[in-house]
Amino acid sequence: MTAVTHTPAHEGSGFKITEWIFTTDHKRIGILYLIGSVAAFVVAGIEAIGIRLTQYNGADNGIVNYFVGDVTHDLTTASAYNTALYFHGAAMILGFLIPGLTGFAANYLVPMMIGARDVAFPRVNALSVWLFWAGIIVALLTFVIPDKPDIMWTGYAPYSITGPGNLSFYVFTVHLIGFSSILGAVNFLVTILYMRAPGMGWNQLNMFVWSIFTGLFIQLIFVPVLASAVTLLLLDRYVGTGFFDAARGGDPLLYENLFWFYSHPAVYVIFLPAMGLLFEIVATMSKNPIFNYKAAVYGGMCVLVLISGEVWIHHLYVTGMPDWLRIGMMVTTLLISVPVGLMVISLWGTLFRGAITFNVAMQYVALCLLLILVGGLTGIPLAMTSLTVHLARTSFVHAHFHFIMGLMATYSVFAAVYFWFPKMTGRSADSLVAKVGFWFNLVGTQVTFWPLFIIGVQGMPRRYASYTMFPEFTPYHHVATYGAFITAVGIALMLGGWIWSAIYGEKVGTNPWGSKSLEWTHTASPPGPGNFAKDVVVSETWTPYDYHV
Amino acid sequence: MRIVTRIGAAAYALLLAGPSLAAEEGKGIISPTDAWEVVWGDVLIDLFVIGGVFGLLAVYMLIKFRAKGPNAVGTAKPLTAGVALAFALVPAALFMADDFLLAAKGWSLWNIQRTVPAGAMEVKVVGSQWSFEFDYGNGIKSGELVVPVGKPIVLRLTSTDVIHSFGLSHYRLKEDLVPGRINHLWFYPDKAVETFVTCQEFCGDSHSVMNAPVKAVPQADFDKWLASKKKASLKAPSFASLTIDPAI
Repeated sequence: MTAVTHTPAHEGSGFKITEWIFTTDHKRIGILYLIGSVAAFVVAGIEAIGIRLTQYNGADNGIVNYFVGDVTHDLTTASAYNTALYFHGAAMILGFLIPGLTGFAANYLVPMMIGARDVAFPRVNALSVWLFWAGIIVALLTFVIPDKPDIMWTGYAPYSITGPGNLSFYVFTVHLIGFSSILGAVNFLVTILYMRAPGMGWNQLNMFVWSIFTGLFIQLIFVPVLASAVTLLLLDRYVGTGFFDAARGGDPLLYENLFWFYSHPAVYVIFLPAMGLLFEIVATMSKNPIFNYKAAVYGGMCVLVLISGEVWIHHLYVTGMPDWLRIGMMVTTLLISVPVGLMVISLWGTLFRGAITFNVAMQYVALCLLLILVGGLTGIPLAMTSLTVHLARTSFVHAHFHFIMGLMATYSVFAAVYFWFPKMTGRSADSLVAKVGFWFNLVGTQVTFWPLFIIGVQGMPRRYASYTMFPEFTPYHHVATYGAFITAVGIALMLGGWIWSAIYGEKVGTNPWGSKSLEWTHTASPPGPGNFAKDVVVSETWTPYDYHV
Repeated sequence: MRIVTRIGAAAYALLLAGPSLAAEEGKGIISPTDAWEVVWGDVLIDLFVIGGVFGLLAVYMLIKFRAKGPNAVGTAKPLTAGVALAFALVPAALFMADDFLLAAKGWSLWNIQRTVPAGAMEVKVVGSQWSFEFDYGNGIKSGELVVPVGKPIVLRLTSTDVIHSFGLSHYRLKEDLVPGRINHLWFYPDKAVETFVTCQEFCGDSHSVMNAPVKAVPQADFDKWLASKKKASLKAPSFASLTIDPAI
């Protein structure tokens, strides 16, 4: 379909940087996304260590800040901590999770899974990845400017407008990454709609392809809302408009509404592809077809898209929204359990009577199954407006979304890297180091986040550099901080293992896990330009999960 | 199936109970704090049951269905259309039933939290970077919230600069202080206690140390405290009416 224009990379032709910079190949673009998003993850992870160290000492007023790259701030104030919170949140969500899932995983996998030679608009795709990199670089510049943003990843007005932090870096980061996301969404929606292999019907798509289709549909609709919201912030601050200024007829809550109108659906842009990856790995490693495929796709993913835009008020439960609206959105928010429940049943059912083997990817997936439960179920009290009047803005919220996004979605990206590592490099990343790293990650994250649930219910506020009013929480913060260091060791082992394995890892065949999906059965490892030796045609009985034949 | 009918019946009963709880205010005050604890306890049970069932199932299957050999494949049978439909509709119905049960519980608690009892004492709260000010009317202002035991207290909340949040963890309540808007919350101090309010919406560098004492004291002590505040306010006349709003 699409003409392959770039020079074929011959086996052993060596590494040419220009081939990577000017590439329009979806696989290389995927890997560029992976490198960028892991870089954002590492910097944001170092910030997380700084956050935990601050809270380790936070019970006495002598705040100690150990922030990387912080040279100009007065280290005895909380501003370094606030900057770290800002960067951690913005980079993890906009720089790691969304690009890791809809950039790396979608780029690398979707065209091959549907039997296409590339995406519909390869050069637009190249523009997307470089816009994303530009966004990351603008975000990183916040470490060297004197007036570092301290506005949290939410950038709530009026603080973001009247406060000391530089707002423009935040706004331009969102613009660049948002523009990149919109282009990516258009590209993949068109690709999935029009470039499926001849014979491939909608009920034969990989779950991951469906998850990207539904997730990017959300992305396309809602990202422009975020872009306009932050643009209004920019106008308020630098041009003197008063959209969010109550004294001039504006309303600060308008910003929160616009922001969460995007940002709640955005968690499904993360959650859906993460689930899609889990489905792929579970089906392959259990050698089972997806249990109740249509229920998970239509009742799960598609219904989730429909509900996603009607629940955002649960982020504004204590802001003074009308009472009827809070009750209404409590009901819609609780109803999210129906599509998510159908996906969970389908995922669980795929294990049933399977033939499960555990590679490192499957170990991470097994952990993710439990993380979905903790993260999902702790969302239930937060959906209830009357319980949230206490739980909002406490560590309970913080622990809840870390379980579902910070752990479940993150580990699904890691699992995907381990699972498709042989496809990307021809070598396996499953080593002893990877397994040890997994256990460090498992233990470290549980040790970090369970204490936060406990103190959250007792009222520990979020975003506190010091907590002199709550000295009784000190031991919990200590334990959580130890957990962060354990996790850091696990992450270091994992990343080191990836680099080592890419160069020295054991060479494995083209389909080491015995998958039936097109990217394994019809391409070399790593796949050459154009992916397939000859055009793929599938029969009407073909499915990517045809393990029983 | 019996458990399903029971849950259904309970949900129905609670739906009916939702609006009626608010009507009980005349008979005696239900503290929103105590009601919060009750609903929280119920929700925790719900979470542990669902989480326990799915968690144990996952662990069981991950152990039980390990591959017997290198080339083993799964033996799950394909679903017939009827079974597939049942596996969509029955769980969806169960999840929905649980949602409505929880929504009903949440709604009854919400009615308690949002229906200010008649005769509640009103205090205005103004948040600004980085302190709370409590206005008792008649020019009586204080940096600490002192309230009499046994009387419902309604707070009218606003802010002069950025968004703050009035986090009254001891009473399991919270509402934001938003510039240009007056929000409210009410609580019922049923016994003498010394606690505090902390700001719970990020508001700048001193966000973590923005707090104020909250004291529930016997009525007699409260009257004495209010009288002393009144004397102080008479000694230092306020010229607040002469200041010019900087926003204009």
